[in-house]
Amino acid sequence: MNEQNFFFQALVYLTAAVISVPIAKRLGLGSVLGYLLAGIIIGPFVLGFIGGEGEDVMHFAEFGVVMMLFLIGLELRPNLLWRMKQSIFGLGGLQVVFTAMIIAFVAMIFKQDVNQALTIGLILALSSTAIVVQSLSEKGQLKSQAGQSSFSVLLFQDIAFIPILALLPLLVSEASSQTGSTGTGHDAAGHAVSGLGGGLQVLLILGLMATIILVGRFLARHIFRIIARTRLREIFTATALLLVIAIAVAMEQVGLSPALGAFLAGVVLADNEYRHELESDIEPFKGLLLGLFFIAVGASINFSLLIEKPGIILGFLGILLAVKFSVLFLLGRLFKLKSGQELLFAFALAQGGEFAFVLISFSQQNGILAGEVSSLLLIIVALSMALTPLFLLINDKIIQPFFSHAENEQEKIEIKEKDNPVIIAGFGRFGVVIGRFLIAHGFKATILDNNPDNIDVLRKFGFKVYYGDASRPDLLHAAGVERAKILVLAIDDREKSLRIVDFVKREHPHLTIIGRAVDMKHSYEYLKRGILDFNRDTFDSSLELGAKALQYLGFNRYQAARAARTFKHHDTEVLHELFKHYEQDEKQYLNEARRFSKELEELLQTEQNQSIHESDTAWDVTTLREEVREIYAEIEKNQNDTDAN
Amino acid sequence: MARTNKILVLFVHPAIHKSRINYRMVKAIEDVDSITLVKLYDEYPDFHINVKREQERLLDHDIIIWHHPFYWYSAPSILKEWIDLVLEHGFAYGRKGTALKGKKVMSAISTGGRFEAYKQGGYNNFSIDQFLAPFKQTVQLCHMEYLPPFVIHGTHLLSDEEITAQAENYKNILVSLRDGLFNFDDMHSYGYMNDLLK
Repeated sequence: MNEQNFFFQALVYLTAAVISVPIAKRLGLGSVLGYLLAGIIIGPFVLGFIGGEGEDVMHFAEFGVVMMLFLIGLELRPNLLWRMKQSIFGLGGLQVVFTAMIIAFVAMIFKQDVNQALTIGLILALSSTAIVVQSLSEKGQLKSQAGQSSFSVLLFQDIAFIPILALLPLLVSEASSQTGSTGTGHDAAGHAVSGLGGGLQVLLILGLMATIILVGRFLARHIFRIIARTRLREIFTATALLLVIAIAVAMEQVGLSPALGAFLAGVVLADNEYRHELESDIEPFKGLLLGLFFIAVGASINFSLLIEKPGIILGFLGILLAVKFSVLFLLGRLFKLKSGQELLFAFALAQGGEFAFVLISFSQQNGILAGEVSSLLLIIVALSMALTPLFLLINDKIIQPFFSHAENEQEKIEIKEKDNPVIIAGFGRFGVVIGRFLIAHGFKATILDNNPDNIDVLRKFGFKVYYGDASRPDLLHAAGVERAKILVLAIDDREKSLRIVDFVKREHPHLTIIGRAVDMKHSYEYLKRGILDFNRDTFDSSLELGAKALQYLGFNRYQAARAARTFKHHDTEVLHELFKHYEQDEKQYLNEARRFSKELEELLQTEQNQSIHESDTAWDVTTLREEVREIYAEIEKNQNDTDAN
Repeated sequence: MARTNKILVLFVHPAIHKSRINYRMVKAIEDVDSITLVKLYDEYPDFHINVKREQERLLDHDIIIWHHPFYWYSAPSILKEWIDLVLEHGFAYGRKGTALKGKKVMSAISTGGRFEAYKQGGYNNFSIDQFLAPFKQTVQLCHMEYLPPFVIHGTHLLSDEEITAQAENYKNILVSLRDGLFNFDDMHSYGYMNDLLK
């Protein structure tokens, strides 16, 4: 690849990504779909900017998956991984085995022999770590029950990839020889491989794992410290990259999946104090490589084949999705995923994966699969991957709301009996304090939140929790807005909170609203709507810290505390003063970018005009002292006068 | 004497939800004309008293009532904070501090102890009058007149009917003060304001 060519390619890929991803995000499609569409557009079948080299690019970009697993590993402490063992091996194992068997069975119906059918089954049983993890984490669903289960299954598939790769050559002799002695031949071949290389290989694998763990645990932190001391940012980045690449290479040498090795290394380093630096160093590479990978997948979809045989391809694609979906859905039920979550789980993993690309070409090279079958499989896998973000979107927008709604309907009756007086919308860092405080005083609160994790925990502790967007009228309704007394708006989204205010003021005027304001403008908007009880979410804690600063500057504790209190009251006055300005020339505030600095300026200006330093004269005895001295001076003078007389 | 006095009731009770008597007393007077009721603990839950606002209130009224339960022979703490901060030198006292001159102040208090407990040799050893000396002198230093207190004794033993009657007494006293029905000159011959109703 000459230099010009390289830059031209970079230009094409980056342009495609920069244009299509923001559009896809804007349309609510997610970045993965954006990259895929970009790939399709610049690929050989639309604009033709990239051609056959797309496959090479894809293999190169797969390294993004290795990095992604390293990053996931960093977030996962060893004990958490240990707790996942059941879902990794149980759920993951059953998924691979059942899916492979059923697909193999289907393949046999379509006249593939046993070995070919088994090969196809194993290839298609695997799902796409890149697509699934990226899509789920973008929507914040990776830590939901379905997300965790999906990840467990993907992890198992990563583990299973190497044995599958080792198994495939054994199926070769079988397919090509086509003799009657199937069983014995198979057995003999199997023993031969595992007997010779196996022992040594196992030893190598264990040795490498032990090395990773030991180095990660005891040596890594010293190495990182030495590197960090150089204060050369790029050397640290280079070290981080070197680490991941070295692991990947070593893993490949001993015949394990590089992604698995990187994941293991990540877990080992999860407790490391340089974790966050590693994360922020690897993150951009991962993002770009994954983007490249998705573009390459999009570009690799062979549309001429699709146009040639649309019936066959779409038919098989439908079968693949249906089989994988059903197996996943039933396993989700079996492993007691909550209603709705098993659907997310099934939709997420119903595609073929990037491993399939490797395995298909491997099988073709080894003569297991005919060229025709291979290209058919390739396009089916690519299409199934491309469709996954769409399925997830449909699941999110159309299917899940129906579920949470059904759930709400059930609980609405319960709520009627209990009559919670408070609804807290938003239960993040802000809302949770309010919730705890109210509970501590014996008030039951109904909570609206859209973080699935929180919801599990809160339900466990007997909170009444509704999952979803608090600005949805039906959700408010389900939460018992008619019977509540107070609505606490603790979400950090200005527009949503004001939407809720408008809705509640119109439909449920009896309800008292108290709100979290994210900034001055938000406060004005509350005031404009007649809501007087709101707090700027960072004001009080900033002020308290400011009071601490005063203490270290020589104020005594009560003096500092009183100064903070005085300032708080002063701030309220300033706010109401500025609100008048705001009402007068609201249009000036529309320029979002300038708003903060403008606010700051006005704030400081008003502050200067209404000096706070003169307002607190409490316990100031200066004037009294002067008066007493005056009086004594007079007495003395009189005394002297009398004496003189 | 037909002039209407404006009355400012500074109600000082940190736990009105636990109160039997003061709650009813407040209820009895809260909607009466020319009586301004200020609940100090409600208005300043963080004890951050707005001195300017309080001084303006004082200037705007003729008679000030310190209405509170008798805690440890004195008032709940926010009233002390109020006195510390609002009665500023140069405003309420001192050579130039004559803003409050001529106004009248009355304490309206409730005590668990009965009348007999408040005397030498009794359970509390001193009379209410003696206990109120700091308040009295504070008022006098500010060039104001300290009226005899309105006192409800033995609150723990009062029946509902008696409480209602006392609340009514309280209201009558304030209304009479408002309407100038009392002769302030001979008022001081009474121990308690309550006696004026007999």
